[in-house]
Amino acid sequence: MVGAKPSGGETVLEVRDLRLELSAKDGARLPVLEEVSLKVGRGEIVGIVGESGCGKSVLSLSVLGLLPPSIRVAGGGIYNGERKELHRLGEKSLQRIRGKEIAMIFQDPMTSLNPGMTVGKQVAEAIRLHTGASKREAEEKTVGLFRKVGLPRPETLYHEYPHRLSGGMRQRVMIAMAVSCQPDLLIADEPTTALDVTIQAQILKLMKTLREEDGTSILLISHDLGLISGVCDRIAVMYAGRIVEEGAAAEVLRHPAHPYTAGLLASLALPSKKGTRLHSIPGSVPALRERGPGCAFASRCPYAADRCLAEKPALRGVAGSAFPRSAACHLLGEEGGLANVGS
Amino acid sequence: MRRRINMTVGLLLVSMLFVLMLVSLFYTPYEPNAMRIADRLSGPSASHWLGTDNFGRDLLSRSMVGTQTAFLVGAASVAIGAAGGLLVGSLAGYAGKWADELLMRATDALLAFPGILLALLLVSVFRPSLLQTILAIGILFVPSFARVVRSGVLQQREADYVRAVRAFGAGHVNVLFVQILPNIASSIITTAALSFSTAILIEAALSYLGLGVQPPDPSWGRMLNESQTYLSAAPWFTLAPGVLITISVLGFNLLSDGIRDARDVRA
Amino acid sequence: MNYYFRRLFTLALTVVLVLILTFSVFRVIPGDPALAILGVEASQEQIEMLSEKLGTDRPMAVQLLEWFRGAATLDLGTSLRYSEPVSDLIASRLPVTLILALESVAIVIAFSIPLGIAAARRPGKAADLAVSVLTQLGLAVPSFWMGILLLLLFGLTLNWVPVSTYVGWDENPWLALRSTFLPAAALAIPQIAIVVRYLRTSLLEQLNLDYVRTARSKGLGDRAVLYGHALRNSLLPVATVIGIQFGELLAGSLVIEQVFSLPGFGSLLISAIGNRDYPLVQGLVLFIAASVIVVNFLVDLSYRWLDPKIKLR
Repeated sequence: MVGAKPSGGETVLEVRDLRLELSAKDGARLPVLEEVSLKVGRGEIVGIVGESGCGKSVLSLSVLGLLPPSIRVAGGGIYNGERKELHRLGEKSLQRIRGKEIAMIFQDPMTSLNPGMTVGKQVAEAIRLHTGASKREAEEKTVGLFRKVGLPRPETLYHEYPHRLSGGMRQRVMIAMAVSCQPDLLIADEPTTALDVTIQAQILKLMKTLREEDGTSILLISHDLGLISGVCDRIAVMYAGRIVEEGAAAEVLRHPAHPYTAGLLASLALPSKKGTRLHSIPGSVPALRERGPGCAFASRCPYAADRCLAEKPALRGVAGSAFPRSAACHLLGEEGGLANVGS
Repeated sequence: MRRRINMTVGLLLVSMLFVLMLVSLFYTPYEPNAMRIADRLSGPSASHWLGTDNFGRDLLSRSMVGTQTAFLVGAASVAIGAAGGLLVGSLAGYAGKWADELLMRATDALLAFPGILLALLLVSVFRPSLLQTILAIGILFVPSFARVVRSGVLQQREADYVRAVRAFGAGHVNVLFVQILPNIASSIITTAALSFSTAILIEAALSYLGLGVQPPDPSWGRMLNESQTYLSAAPWFTLAPGVLITISVLGFNLLSDGIRDARDVRA
Repeated sequence: MNYYFRRLFTLALTVVLVLILTFSVFRVIPGDPALAILGVEASQEQIEMLSEKLGTDRPMAVQLLEWFRGAATLDLGTSLRYSEPVSDLIASRLPVTLILALESVAIVIAFSIPLGIAAARRPGKAADLAVSVLTQLGLAVPSFWMGILLLLLFGLTLNWVPVSTYVGWDENPWLALRSTFLPAAALAIPQIAIVVRYLRTSLLEQLNLDYVRTARSKGLGDRAVLYGHALRNSLLPVATVIGIQFGELLAGSLVIEQVFSLPGFGSLLISAIGNRDYPLVQGLVLFIAASVIVVNFLVDLSYRWLDPKIKLR
């Protein structure tokens, strides 16, 4: 996938060799993302997994040009379905894409809605902005959307302020707002993290339904591999600003090619593993300044060799897989890779 | 960056005024109350840098001497406010329950009064004078100091080290001065600096209204009052006292902001 | 409900404390109030007459009860100097002071909102720094001196406004507005500085909240986000500050009225203090303080009512 030409038609988003840099207060330029490439096809649900601090959220914000002023695109590019270079678009053009072509749902529904505006108005505002609908038309459409995302009493709810709604209801409002203009792509940044477990499942189910009904592509970002594994078609695992493994969801889960993915899987509390001791990856994601020349995971990797500390592994195809998949690990050079060492 | 500017400019202005005040104690270009009818209402010149007033008195000398009144009123009223606040605040903090409630409601009621209104009410009791101005303004400051002290007492009262000290027989007063006051020193200094500028503003307003400092004590506020009669004939008359009031208030406000900022950084 | 009840209780308590304070100020003077008013040359007969008039010949508790009863029925006694009921005097001067304060509020709103926005749009940049220097100055210049300066500039030098000729609102509203514009502006300047600082902080705080990112992700432009979302939310707390300033403006007008020779509360109170007209001083101070307390109370209530976030708390 690396280095491939952006192809139109079936792709709604392509990120190619993206490099983001943070300008630190002392003037240093620190790489936040490096060599990140990713494709989302039409109707596809792609998951991005990793611990916090891996650069998942920054990646999602960069797609819509919502990066904080201290972070800038320093290499590579972001392209939409029509192969527009999103990273080069001016603010005005981006505004036409935000909410209309690519919409976003954020982590905390408690704070992501404007507390001083009725929820209906907040959704209708997006519709009026992008479709030029009248106030009445927008209100009718909003009520319809509320019904569609499973909100009770949509007509009355329209006039409520966010504080009257539960977390799950607010996230449904956020989803209604995001899909209000039938975007090609929905980016959901930890959409269920702030919610109860039962509500989490409902929200994920709703997103799946939206894909089935409208063919909306979804980029689902989460730290919880177990949660999104059931929803995604493909999964990309991120670590310290890089994609370390990528492939079909089922494949990645069954045969992780990267030790980090394996670690994430081992730390899951799955019903099938009842009784066994829960594993957790020792240590934490290295800070931006602590990233050395080698593999960023080396300090925490149980299989790390001298080479891992000296040289960054490139993302490359994993042999012996039914679907295209890739991983960035020196162990893969050896026959069988992780599967050999692991057991 | 901005923080340091507040502190630096504030210190600079205040120390400038302080030096001016010190100088005025020993030297003024003219005797501030010496009248020379021949020179009355003359504009700024080489002999009178800031011009003269309606009695031919040198405005520079009078403005310089005015710093003494401003600093005296500021320092004395802040001292009264701080002493009263210390008493009321520590009483409320230690007594607790209904005594606390009553004292705090009383400070609330005082705080509900706009400053100048309370000052006017207080000065209306006695004949206007420097002393009564200081007293009135000082009483005005008691509630805000009381609140600072009370919150300090409440915060520290439960702290372990205070209990430990009390166990060794240290009395309330000892604890108050040794343990609590050092801890709320920066809040008290911030309040004091802010009160200082408020004192200068209110003294100026009272004296402008003729209800504050009386002749022969010098006052910028009264100079402003006198200048107004001759506003069209001698517009310079109003400038010196007004500018000096502004500089003093600005200086102490900036100083207060600067101290608060410095504390916020540390916290 | 509990909140409103408690708030109402504190309001009542504060008013009572203010009543006691205004009552006791003139009773703590050593010696006879009547003597203090008339001076030492007064005859015994005169003093007794005045004592009876003031009611100071009766026991303190009776006097206090009388004062409470009078306040409740808006009977604040009779002015010694004017021989008129204090409440009538207050009513006759109220329009001048009230309208001056209201005009100032209008000026505060008109200037502080654009300045606050200008400062918050690019924090740390030139406009922000300029506004911060202006607000520091605005807070430092005594408003009565600002009044004198405005008078000097616009009245005497440029001749834009009439100087020291007050025209009643019932006579010619336009002239009345013009003749009170300068004092209202002088009164407003420090308050503008306070509101600008408050609005800047409040706006920056709002602009950092998550919902602003949501609004931008919808495709709204900077202006729409600022005016449609962040500003609206930051204005609510700012509105309460402006409401509370109304009291400060009332009090500030006491001094500024002297600068412009306006016949409002200021001149009434200053002359009452000069004449030792205790009933008038007492009644007037009570009236102003009570208005300030009640206005603050109403501002607080309306904030509770307006703010959807804390509506239920």
